[in-house]
Order: sequence, then C-alpha cells, then structure tokens
Amino acid sequence: MNDIFAKHAALKAARESLAALSPRDPFALTIERPISATVGVIEGRETLLFGTNNYLGLSQSPRAIEAAAETVRAEGVGTTGSRIANGTYALHRELERRLARTFRRKHCMTFSTGYQANLGAISALAGKDDYLLLDADSHASIYDGSRLSQAQVIRFRHNDPDDLDRRLRRLSDTPGARLVVVEGIYSMTGNIAPMREFAEVKKRHGAWLLADEAHSFGVLGENGRGVAEAQDCEADVDFVVGTFSKSLGTVGGYLVSDHDGIDTVRLCSRPYMFTASLPPEVIAATLATLDELESRPELRTTLMDNAARLHAGLRTAGLVTGSHVSPVVAVTLQDVPQALAFWNALVEAGVYVNLSLPPATPDQNPLLRCSVMAAHTPDQIDRAVAAFKTIGAQLGVSKLAA
Amino acid sequence: MTDSVQAISALIIDKLLANPKVPRDIDGNSKIVEDLAFDSLAVMNFVMEIEDTLDVSVPLDKLADIRTIDDLAVCLHSLKQGDAA
Repeated sequence: MNDIFAKHAALKAARESLAALSPRDPFALTIERPISATVGVIEGRETLLFGTNNYLGLSQSPRAIEAAAETVRAEGVGTTGSRIANGTYALHRELERRLARTFRRKHCMTFSTGYQANLGAISALAGKDDYLLLDADSHASIYDGSRLSQAQVIRFRHNDPDDLDRRLRRLSDTPGARLVVVEGIYSMTGNIAPMREFAEVKKRHGAWLLADEAHSFGVLGENGRGVAEAQDCEADVDFVVGTFSKSLGTVGGYLVSDHDGIDTVRLCSRPYMFTASLPPEVIAATLATLDELESRPELRTTLMDNAARLHAGLRTAGLVTGSHVSPVVAVTLQDVPQALAFWNALVEAGVYVNLSLPPATPDQNPLLRCSVMAAHTPDQIDRAVAAFKTIGAQLGVSKLAA
Repeated sequence: MTDSVQAISALIIDKLLANPKVPRDIDGNSKIVEDLAFDSLAVMNFVMEIEDTLDVSVPLDKLADIRTIDDLAVCLHSLKQGDAA
C-alpha cells in the first residue's frame, strides 16, 4: 500500500523545524475565551487582541447577541438545507434585500462563508473558454475559485494596472470573456488597490471587474462600502464579493451586482447550491451588525484614527511596515527564526498578533500581521506598540531591515 | 533572439543566473523546483519576469506541467508562435 501521506513529508519536516524554534505551536494557538472584542484569555493570561478581523468590534455587539438569541429560540439552530432547495428562510431573503440596498445594487446572493462567496462567484462567472486575470497577491479563495472555474488563469503584478493593461492587450485577439479580480484591502499587508485605475483599464479592454471588499467593507468609503466607494468608481465595478466575518463580526459571504445574470448564477454556482445555508441566528445577528455599521459611522472614524496611531507607532519604533494606512499593519521581518522569536515574545508579553510565514506572504518575507479595531482604546494601542518596541530592540530588529 | 526554443532556454538560464542563490551549474534539463529549490510562488514570480521580456502571458494551468527549464522554454515558444499565428 502506498503511503497516502508521503506527499506531506516536506510540509511535515518544515513544521518540525519550526517547532524546534518555537516554544509554542504557532498554528495551534487557542483563545481560551474572549472577554471583550479587544481582550481574550490566552494561556490563562488576559491578552490584547491585535490579530483579528473584527475591525468594528461588532462580534461582541449586544444588539446582535440579543437578535441571535431571540431568533435561535424562535427558529432553531440550523436550516439543514441548501439555498436552492430547503434552506431559504424569509431571513435569508431579507438579508439579501438589505445588503443589495446597502450597496445600491439590484442583486445580492449570500453564501455560507466568505471563502465560498469567492469560490461560488468566480467559478460561476468564468467558464472554461474565459480568462481570469488575478492580482498576484490574491487570497487563496480567489485562486481556488479559479481552479473550480476551469478558466485560463493569468496573474498580473500586485496592484499594477499597467501590467494588467499589458496582459489584457496580449489577449486582444483571443475569444472568451475576461474577468479581472482584485481585492480592496489585502489581508496580509494592508495594501489598498488602485481600484479606479483598474476600472479604467477594464473599460478600455471590455473586461469585467470583480472586487473582493472582504477587508474594506465597513472600513473605507464615506458609507463604508469599501475601496470602490472611497475611490468613486462603484459604477465600474461589476461584481462585489465580501464576507460577514470581518467588520460584520459573524460568518458568511455575499455577491452583489447590478447585472441581471446573477439570477441564473444561483442555479450554477456549486459552492452556493451544494452546502447548507447560514443558520437563522447568524442571519439575524448579521442584520443587526449591518444596522450598526450603517447607523454608527463614528466607528469608522475611530477605526481609521486607531489605524493611523498603530501604523505611526510601529514606524516610530523603528519597524518596517507597509506604506498604506489601513486597519491591517504588517511588520516585515528578515527571516523565520526572527519572526518566531518576535511572535512568541509578544504572546508572552500579552499581545496577540498573526504570524504569517512564506509562501503565504508576498516577497518571501515573514510578517507579523497586526490588525486594529474601532474598539481598541488609545492606551491599548500604545501598550501594544511599547511591547513591539521593547522586543524589537531586544532582538535587534529595529531599523535593521530598512 | 527569441525565435527558437534553444534561444528562449538560454534567456531563462541567463535570468536565473542573475539570482545569486541559483546554483551555477544549471542547464536546460535542470528541474525548476527540485534543482533550483524554488517553491510554487517563486516559480510564478520568476515566470513573470520572462513574460515581460517575451511579451506573452503563461496561463497557470500550463505552468503546472512544467518541470525543467527546457519545458518552460517549449511552453513559452509555443505561446509566442500562437501570438504570431
């Protein structure tokens, strides 16, 4: 019998070599329980959470908790069914209408996770005779959706509209639709897409544009509709995909669009059709957090103030970060042992951030990904920055990598 | 310069040798992942450089079948020919 796990040998060895350098398993850290949006118990210690996607702090919204509790008592804990068969409740329809209104679009489909939203949108929109043009730093869900689509997949350089332009030009005599996929804010680096320039390029070539606003919805734009709103080019973005598991604090995903073809997508998007729909209490909680996202614009102002405070603090501490000020701030380190030492020291100092290792990071550099929330106090941010500064100095990181 | 598989293969080797981490003794039969210690992301990023020089785009599914430098040269050559047709 062939060893079915033989192909994982290199991965296993890589994990073991990391374990030798790290007193705790970086892939198995447990938040024993959240105390609030910004503090959780890790290894028995109260720890500042600077590595979530809970940008507005709404995972702990009292209104959403009430709505979920009320709904779970009234409707039960799950639908046990698919959206196209036995899993559509009035609440699912209500949330779709509500999101369409929020985005000022005609159509909305909801999915059971954000990952499935990308899988379901991309695989249904691009067929085997079409071309997908992906930003090189795209999320795994975009790459996986591309494989499921069977379309020809071409990468262009990260955040580079000129490179997209060249690649669309090379396809000018080829049949098939072209779908360009970009993200609003990149989850690992906090980089923001030049969406308006991408929109200009796609118009020039008669292509379609899909924007994944997973990390930018509720964060950027006057009304929180994301990068397309912030850069005033929503009319040129054909499809917006996003998630409930970031600024909305729950779980699930969506696709919104003005194109009437979306109605048929419901009948050919396998990740939409062949999975159970969201449980009613998740929908009720999401409707509540969506209300808060819209009725409390001050959350976004606080979030961006906090983002600026964290970004400036880390830079002043002599660390290397990206240039974009967004709620994701990534500190770039030189090598994996240094990143492991830094991350472990932060956990021990009561600060949780995400350790991101190549190849899941751009440019082969390990990152400490920090994310900030509207719920963080200035004092919490200053404490996190102070921990970074102390540990950076101890490890000889500060200013070195510049 | 780039009208034959051989010329494209030489161009790829030139570009690879510009990276000091790449072993000096590579040839057309060198395996990109095994012999050059490139991971999948490094391969995709390296191919982007060649794409610019040759003004072609290599779809990702074509990359999946490529093992050696010569495989890559054959693939790029056929994409170039396709362009000309």
